[in-house]
Amino acid sequence: MDGVIGFFQDLGPNLQLVWDRMPMILDGVQVTLLATVLGGALALVIAFVFGIAQVSKFMVVRGVARVFVEFFRGTSLVVQLFWLAFVMPQLPYPLGFRLEPLLIGVLALGLNYGAYAAEVVRGSIGSVPKGQYEAISALSLSPARGMLRIVIPQAWALMLPSLSNLWIQLLKGSAIVNTVLLYDLFFQVEQLRDRTGTWFAYSFALLSYYLIAWLIVILMNGLEVRAKHRIGRGPALSQSWGSLFRPPGTSGRSARVVRDHSEAKLAGPMGGGGLA
Amino acid sequence: MNPEPNSWWDWEHAIAVFPDLLLQGFKITLVATVLGTLLALVLGLIVAIIRRSTPPIINGPVTWIVEFIRMTPLVVQLVFANLVLSPYVDSSLAIGIWVLGIHYTTYMAEVYRAGIDSVPKGQWEAATALSLPRLRTWRAVVVPQAVRNTLPALGNYAISMFKETPFLFVIYVPELLNVAQNYGSTHFRYTEAITLAGLIFLAASYPTSLLIRRLEKKLA
Amino acid sequence: MPENAATPGAPGTPHIEFRDVVKRFGSNTVLDNLNFTVDKGERVTLIGPSGSGKTTILRLVMTLEELTGGYIHIGGTPLQYEEVGGKRVRISDKRRRRTTTDIGMVFQHFNLFPNMTVMENIIEAPVNVMGLKKAEAEAKAEALLEKVGMAWKKDARPSSLSGGQQQRIAIARALAMDPEILLLDEVTSALDPELVGEVLAVLEDIAAETDISMLIVTHEMQFARDVSNRVMMFDKGAVIEEATPEKIFSEPENQRTQDFLRAVL
Repeated sequence: MDGVIGFFQDLGPNLQLVWDRMPMILDGVQVTLLATVLGGALALVIAFVFGIAQVSKFMVVRGVARVFVEFFRGTSLVVQLFWLAFVMPQLPYPLGFRLEPLLIGVLALGLNYGAYAAEVVRGSIGSVPKGQYEAISALSLSPARGMLRIVIPQAWALMLPSLSNLWIQLLKGSAIVNTVLLYDLFFQVEQLRDRTGTWFAYSFALLSYYLIAWLIVILMNGLEVRAKHRIGRGPALSQSWGSLFRPPGTSGRSARVVRDHSEAKLAGPMGGGGLA
Repeated sequence: MNPEPNSWWDWEHAIAVFPDLLLQGFKITLVATVLGTLLALVLGLIVAIIRRSTPPIINGPVTWIVEFIRMTPLVVQLVFANLVLSPYVDSSLAIGIWVLGIHYTTYMAEVYRAGIDSVPKGQWEAATALSLPRLRTWRAVVVPQAVRNTLPALGNYAISMFKETPFLFVIYVPELLNVAQNYGSTHFRYTEAITLAGLIFLAASYPTSLLIRRLEKKLA
Repeated sequence: MPENAATPGAPGTPHIEFRDVVKRFGSNTVLDNLNFTVDKGERVTLIGPSGSGKTTILRLVMTLEELTGGYIHIGGTPLQYEEVGGKRVRISDKRRRRTTTDIGMVFQHFNLFPNMTVMENIIEAPVNVMGLKKAEAEAKAEALLEKVGMAWKKDARPSSLSGGQQQRIAIARALAMDPEILLLDEVTSALDPELVGEVLAVLEDIAAETDISMLIVTHEMQFARDVSNRVMMFDKGAVIEEATPEKIFSEPENQRTQDFLRAVL
């Protein structure tokens, strides 16, 4: 393992090199952050539109949303990315144009993770206790108003842990975008490798992603604490700063099931449970 | 084979690439998924047990490593492992399977943990009240109930891994997407190859996820 | 009594009318051809073993359940279905909501909105359904909270309150809509025994001070005796005996009523 030994021997000069190359690395960080934030924003919009559409009372709307979600979940992120990058330019008018690499990245990430997040939104809306829907009905509030004012604020607290995990997955997924010529963090750090060796460059890359992931975790933990506090299920953020640094679970892309059940149970005694 | 540059769909290309996609690409994708899943299932259980039954001095670092692997990109891990290991290991597929397996270990461990936690405390207490031996408690009471709770999530992760195998193309494993991409670059025609690759993913993952959803309902 | 255009009800029209009502859940028939009426200002308590369909009746009046067969009229207005040219036609949700605005319900599990303060819970529907100005709605809510003894908690979140307090707020929330009909669905069943009294006291006050029609499902027989004009004994989805509380509690005629009362009293 001379690589490991070399890692420590050359640590000083390598760090110096990182310092010298900082502008390039920061360019890469910027691209990665941009893809992650814009992709995440697109995913969130898609999640709400198609998550809510899936609980619509119109069968056609539910059906279209279902097809959309299953399609973008089922066809794999990288395939979607390549499709936008390589297939789309070869298609006839009106689709045949070459998109900006950043747009390709944002679209692929947003569509793919948005489809997963739509499931989270749907599941969380379904986890809001039935009594809440009955109270909406009993007060003759319109379904739209009830959704906006009562169901979604409560579902929001339930969905945040899963959304947080999906966003981290999206960040991780974004490391693939340099294959469509988007010069992100991973790409820029790889450029160091010739001079610093594999161990240093890739450790540096992993650590950078780890730190960015933690930024997401802290931000989302904050939102979650706030959302839970607002529905009376936890302390205010000002009384629980420590919870910001709670490591994430795994809910989201696949563990949704397990998590949502436990969350739903949590929701039980609070708002009043279901059918008498 | 002279591709018309501006057509929506060319059956000639579709027919030419389809056998390769299915017999080469899909086969490798499947092998990677199955072996990667098995690896993750076993390692995940080991990690879950370590995290539950060891003192903080072991538990702490293990937890941190698991979290680090889970929060960093699979792609970076793949390229890293490939560069480090390729002098010693011939098959990039083998490296890919290990990296996939270890990456998903971090998820599976969490699923097992949640599964064990989801067995109500009363069950442990009842076992104690009946003076069941500890091993018997695990085998006859806890594990059967935990498995019920974890099966759907484990299945979902297997599907998730299946859909992430295209990442393996960064270390030149000739999986489904790589085959499609190769066809595209040699024939200057990507439409059919990549679209079909996507549809194969959909055709394989959607029915499986329906199956898991049914299992989920049945176990619920 | 607040006048409301949505319930034209000529004098003599029953306030609530069940006409050949059928309710099935799958293959399980809960109510089979049920007919009864409640007059304006009348307080009717439904008693009977669990599973006898009492709660279903309340939920049907609130349109929380789909009517399988028959009709329910509120002050002469069809609620969920109407007969048009001999056919049974479903009424649009919008029109249905105009009728249900006159109906308030208090639930076993309160169902307060946890994401809103006490005040916000109460003014939500008056502002957004009845179109009251916010200040007006708040003044009214204030008065109602005073009445249920919860004015001091108007800015609290429901989760910080006891069950009894939450239920009193839920009562205020229902009253804020000026309902002509109030449905009370086992409102004390989820409460710790020591909290039952405060809720029932509030309800008895309201019963004494207003002439809101009430349909009550409860296991508190003393409360039933105090507030109701009429008690209906249910068994297997049918009324097997009905009488004034004095009569039914002291000399029930039906054997099953006798058995039931002996078991709960």
